[in-house]
Amino acid sequence: MSKATTAADSAQRSLISAKELARPRNRRLYYAILTLTVIAFAAAFLYPLWWMASSALETPRQFAEQTPTLLPKSVHLSAYKDAWTQMDIAHFFLNTVYYAAGGWAIQMAVDVCAAYALSKLRPVFGNIVFAGMLASLMLPAAALLVPAYLTVNDLPLFHVNLVNTPWALWLPGAANAFNIYVLRRFFDQIPTDILDAAAIDGASRLQVLLRVVLPLSRPVLAVVSIFSVVGMWKDFLWPLLVLQDPDRQTLSVALHRLSTSTTQVPPTEMIAGLTIAAVPMVVLFLFFQRHIIGGLSAGALKG
Amino acid sequence: MATSLAPRRSDVRPPLPATAHGPGPGRWPHLRRRLTDNALAYGFLAAGILSFAYFSWYPLVRGITLSFQRDNLITDPQWIGLGNYRTLLADPLFWTAWKNTAEFTGLALLFGYAVPFVIAVLLNELRHFKAYFRIAVYLPVMLPPIVSVMLWQYFYDPGQGLFNTLLHGAHLPTSQWVQSPHTAMISLVLVSTWANMGGATLMYLAALQSIPGELYEAAELDGAGMWARLRHVTVPQMRFVMLVLLLLQIISTMQVFIEPFQMTGFTNTSTITVMTLVYRYAFAVNNDFGLAAAMSVLLFAVLAVFAAVYLRLTRDGEKG
Repeated sequence: MSKATTAADSAQRSLISAKELARPRNRRLYYAILTLTVIAFAAAFLYPLWWMASSALETPRQFAEQTPTLLPKSVHLSAYKDAWTQMDIAHFFLNTVYYAAGGWAIQMAVDVCAAYALSKLRPVFGNIVFAGMLASLMLPAAALLVPAYLTVNDLPLFHVNLVNTPWALWLPGAANAFNIYVLRRFFDQIPTDILDAAAIDGASRLQVLLRVVLPLSRPVLAVVSIFSVVGMWKDFLWPLLVLQDPDRQTLSVALHRLSTSTTQVPPTEMIAGLTIAAVPMVVLFLFFQRHIIGGLSAGALKG
Repeated sequence: MATSLAPRRSDVRPPLPATAHGPGPGRWPHLRRRLTDNALAYGFLAAGILSFAYFSWYPLVRGITLSFQRDNLITDPQWIGLGNYRTLLADPLFWTAWKNTAEFTGLALLFGYAVPFVIAVLLNELRHFKAYFRIAVYLPVMLPPIVSVMLWQYFYDPGQGLFNTLLHGAHLPTSQWVQSPHTAMISLVLVSTWANMGGATLMYLAALQSIPGELYEAAELDGAGMWARLRHVTVPQMRFVMLVLLLLQIISTMQVFIEPFQMTGFTNTSTITVMTLVYRYAFAVNNDFGLAAAMSVLLFAVLAVFAAVYLRLTRDGEKG
């Protein structure tokens, strides 16, 4: 699908027609603007990241000189090494991976089952439940911050305190109306005949979900998974509230705490920590940019 | 009625032939099957319903009741009616926070709303390096927000930060950036815009690509130059997307937290926003959850207006 649309896009005309552009004067202007834009984008969006990754390669003294350079004068890996071991970035990195992986698994299990029930099993009052879930999309996170904190602090009926446990991130994460909406829309398109055929062959509802619906839903599962992992990796305010024990913090929260603590961390080490926090997201993006960019424009305007 | 008990077409299990039940009426087995089907469906839904009940529906109700209580998590909550709201209105920080949030939102719209539009129109005309532009503009969006903000803290350093070094090198006046109350807010807006503009740019770009080329051709035949085409074709065609993005950005920028929290903290009142004040009331200074909840309820009320308009718009847009 994506190949066909990009081919159509490049053939489609836009504000300026190909004929206008072909005139020699306009062509020169076009290449001038193109070059400027390429350079401006590199300076605005790529250089800051390059500055971050390369500053951490300098010694603290070179860093303090602060003449902006494209290449570090000499390469020292010690800041990365010290950040990883002495600042304990390794520990917080693994925490974050653990929270993101567990959160992803729970979110997918809960949301896929809910979307499947709403789309294919269609229980009575299903639409009311679905509307109640969608309504939560209209609730800004800010409105729920304090009462949600009190909820994890003393879970009603069970009276357990989830603060400083992974569950404080995992359980609220499962209540994701956007995921359920996207999954349900996709499941709705799967013809019921296929499910009926599987049922006639003796498959239970769970088997139908696992053996028929999920394999057909790979593209949408990929998009939802990526957004779920990215969302958890980037989250800051909620983990800041519910993970107060420094040992259990995510990388983002730990970086904030270290940056405001009284023990001075050398800037090169701190910047190495920032780079380490950024790398997984950048790599993920480079691998899945089609999914991410496609899901972005589809989700924002229809979700 | 028998018809209402008949299995619907969407039911997975095919209806069994009537003979399977023998000669008796098919009513009760149908009812029993519908009951077990519903029980099964709610079994699949249970975890979802519970998580929404615990972390979305109940907190909403709790937040509203909390705003009428005094609650510090130590002593028992106490009903104080409108007391929290009265305290809020009397707190000078309350008004500062709203004024600052309005200023942040206004500036963020100016940059984060207009600039991506211009960039998207430009990118849509460029026929080379399309993938490069898309990846570059969206890269900052992928960074954890704390990384972008801390990175810019190094850039903003008044002594030896990148920005002042560059300004100094170009013989331009340097700035105190976040450390001066005059430039602090605009400095926060710049980080926020840099970190978030990729999303808006790519949404604009997607919308621009769906404008039918014939419209431009027709305008051209009528003698419309480039600016006239931009004004009379591009902008009207983009109206819906622009409106949706405007509402989405108002909703998200009014909840700004991490930039003022990390860069200026609570000491600099010139950048305290509604969200940082909520945090301050509940977790940093007062330990007063009722007061923080009252502040959240007010923010929610303001945002609900925008959310309602957004919902209405997108629903109409899907139909049309």
